[in-house]
Amino acid sequence: MAKIIGGITTSHIPAIGRAIEGNLQQDPYWKPFFDGYPPIREWLNEKQPDVAVIFYNDHGLEFFIDKKPTFAIGAAAEYHNADEGWGIKPIPPIKGHEDLSWHICNQLVDNEFDITICQEMRVDHGLTVPMQLMWPGYKYDHMKVIPVCLNVEQHPMPSPKRCFDLGKAIGKAIESYDEDLKVVVLGTGGLSHQLDGERAGIINKKFDIECMDKIVNQPEELTKYSILDLVEIAGAQGPELIMWLGMRGVLTGNVKELHRNYHAPISNTGAGTMLLENS
Amino acid sequence: MSYLDEKRNIPGTILFDGKMARKGYGLNKLCYSLNDADGREAFAADEQACCDKYGLTEEQKKAIADRDVLKLLELGGSIYYLAKFAGYIGLNVQDIGAQQTGMTVEEFKAKLVEQGQS
Repeated sequence: MAKIIGGITTSHIPAIGRAIEGNLQQDPYWKPFFDGYPPIREWLNEKQPDVAVIFYNDHGLEFFIDKKPTFAIGAAAEYHNADEGWGIKPIPPIKGHEDLSWHICNQLVDNEFDITICQEMRVDHGLTVPMQLMWPGYKYDHMKVIPVCLNVEQHPMPSPKRCFDLGKAIGKAIESYDEDLKVVVLGTGGLSHQLDGERAGIINKKFDIECMDKIVNQPEELTKYSILDLVEIAGAQGPELIMWLGMRGVLTGNVKELHRNYHAPISNTGAGTMLLENS
Repeated sequence: MSYLDEKRNIPGTILFDGKMARKGYGLNKLCYSLNDADGREAFAADEQACCDKYGLTEEQKKAIADRDVLKLLELGGSIYYLAKFAGYIGLNVQDIGAQQTGMTVEEFKAKLVEQGQS
């Protein structure tokens, strides 16, 4: 049976992609952020997961507001990145796991999560930046991914609780999949930031640390926030916490924090990097 | 009741909801077209023609011409699509942060650093 071995949180902002492209990992501005990743890479290298389920949001590459799914799941053999308009070089294609994707989708719809199933889906920096952070140098050919795309761009957005519950349903689906696979789950994005309006530039470090503390063993506490609470406390892009909650929902066993790093700012954002083991 | 029925005032913040998504549909579609090199070339060749093609209002056209991010947000722009426009005109998120808050870019960056330390 498939086994969920752990969860990882990571920022996914485009500036990280640009820093990687410019080889700025040791630059004084970026070093405290990138230094959070080697322990995670060592763990990935030791555990050798087969599949990564990645909670992310699409910032206007695959989806425009003509059709905006609240929850969309990839079911493709391969995912492609593309030009997002600001000149970051697209990364090579990423493999998918079609059978597991369909199995998850079948279970989800049966459990009243009426997701949009995508056999073609371009993936943007929300997914590709984390891939580069986990497997630098595009060394992710051994991995298969399942993109889980949540709407965090247009209100109404799904509630923190709903996203946590979606994660739980995905976790149950994975555990009922009849193949010996090791699965890791990524919750990307966050934490506090606001790009738009006169309030642009707010970072709430206290809130960010609270999220990192509670995501480990009190995730239900975080589901008490409404989307409006998150906008108010953590900025217009603060609702990206829902992707962390999706990830956390998937971890159904005993969860132990193995590593964390917090650094603010990177670009306009407070960056929380965590490794959670699920046993 | 939707959370959007709750009239909570969050200063300096416009929620991109159905009202804004309708108001800014053409504007955002224009910005979405800047994902592709073809779209960027077309816009570079004739901004006005592109604004007309996507049905921007006169106010929206003026805000595009003025590179006025706050105004574009007020007129229905979504920050995710405006970011593509900002990228096209060579501004990053600190540049547009400074523009929106009336700070210099250095002041805006210093504010970010300060919050990370507190």
